[in-house]
Amino acid sequence: MSQIIQFTLNGTPVSLESDPMRRLLDVLRDDFSETGVKEGCGEGECGACSVFLNGKLVNSCLVALGSIEGMNVETIVHFKNTPAYRVIEQAFSDAGAVQCGFCTPGMVLAAYALLKNNPHPGENDIREAISGNLCRCTGYNMIVDGIRLAAKRGEGKW
Amino acid sequence: MVKSYRPRTLEEALKIRSETRCIPYAGGTDLMVRYRRGAGLAAGFDQPVLFIGQLAELTQIYEKNGELTIGACVPYREIIHQRHTPEILRQACELIGAPAVQNLGTPGGNICNASPAGDTLPPLSVLDANLTLQSLSGERNVSILSFFTGPGKTILRDDELLTAIHFRLPHFTVEGYRKVGTRKANALSKVSFAAFMLKEKEMLADIRIALGAVAPTVVRSRELENRLIGQPLTDLAKLLPEILESYGKLILPITDQRSDANYRKTIALRLIENFVLKEES
Ligand SMILES: Cc1cc2nc3c(=O)[nH]c(=O)nc-3n(C[C@H](O)[C@H](O)[C@H](O)COP(=O)(O)OP(=O)(O)OC[C@H]3O[C@@H](n4cnc5c(N)ncnc54)[C@H](O)[C@@H]3O)c2cc1C
Ligand code: FES
Ligand code: FES
Repeated sequence: MSQIIQFTLNGTPVSLESDPMRRLLDVLRDDFSETGVKEGCGEGECGACSVFLNGKLVNSCLVALGSIEGMNVETIVHFKNTPAYRVIEQAFSDAGAVQCGFCTPGMVLAAYALLKNNPHPGENDIREAISGNLCRCTGYNMIVDGIRLAAKRGEGKW
Repeated sequence: MVKSYRPRTLEEALKIRSETRCIPYAGGTDLMVRYRRGAGLAAGFDQPVLFIGQLAELTQIYEKNGELTIGACVPYREIIHQRHTPEILRQACELIGAPAVQNLGTPGGNICNASPAGDTLPPLSVLDANLTLQSLSGERNVSILSFFTGPGKTILRDDELLTAIHFRLPHFTVEGYRKVGTRKANALSKVSFAAFMLKEKEMLADIRIALGAVAPTVVRSRELENRLIGQPLTDLAKLLPEILESYGKLILPITDQRSDANYRKTIALRLIENFVLKEES
């Protein structure tokens, strides 16, 4: 039974009539062309589908559309225009943290979620923050370096 | 396509629960994987769904008069950040999935799922947690140990919701939490262990031990604990072999293949031994 569901997507109120048991991941990709939200595993293990829900990092493949009525969804697109994003993007690029790029949106959001609360993370904090994000290319060290670099350069931007 | 409900109050939720056979949906982290059908497809729930994660009555966590109350739908991340959360429960929550899963997953879901490997069950068992089960016709409070009847099976009725978990904040001198799994995050436990101990005047004044993932439900034995309580610390090493043998008998194979019962048993017994004999930490 389709229902009308309303939420805020990247600052804009949206409303759609749909099956409440659809995954937020599919809604974002298929109905809103948010292709920066990726599907890797579909079961909460890889972090490629990460978004912010009411300001908290979540896996959109684990979220049913019907559960987010009235909530605030922010995707990678929303962050592209912020100074914080540019710092992380540049740091990732300088550290060689981006190879095929599939995991990158999720990694950037996980880094952002970390730095927002902990602007001076240690190596363990960084590894724990990205522990839900799989990367097949880099072996993680370059991503850790990227986040460390972003922390150093990003002073005051989170 | 199944019907779904998104009540605004607990009372509305309980009314729906009493009238309709439905699946409560808290954080969805178990359910969305269980009913997953693949890319582009809505999750294949086979019964109406009752969303409860938004209910204010189920998302409070607070300390009052030395008792901590955790709403069934408080996400792990908030439990981790609550300053009254006992260390063994905090550590268990930190090891459940990664931060993004901890922002969704709830102890209510972990408990009602009743997996033998549910990681909050050993710490909540040694905390002597009580569960509040509510329905339109009233509420009952049950000890967490009496809640489980088998893997995936509990005493929760079709018209009830688990609404809160509460326990007295403990005062112990030694506490321990260990999870032995395959990978740090995202791995279901092979064995998990939670324990408290109170040493007073060279005596073991109290001890509580719980083991997860080694039997169809969480293992905790007051009887074996009582055999250690009141003993001089210097006698513990001598008493332990017999106690460990008795614990060994409580460790039963679970049907999954993640690792065999003997392996689980060896690890579990070693964790108990190390804990009981450990120096004041
Ligand atoms: C990537 C990943 C890693 C994970 N790692 C771990 C781990 O390391 N350890 C671990 O223990 N678990 C792990 N899990 C499993 C899961 O996250 C937990 O069991 C979580 O606690 C479930 O909570 P939830 O709110 O998401 O449950 P849901 O999926 O919403 O519900 C789970 C079950 O409980 C019922 N239910 C939920 N709340 C209530 C209530 N208040 N009253 C009555 N019934 C209710 C539901 O109907 C359903 O049957 C992992 C899951 C994922 C996806
Ligand atoms: S696609 Fe959601 S975590 Fe992998
Ligand atoms: S850069 Fe390819 S998966 Fe991470």
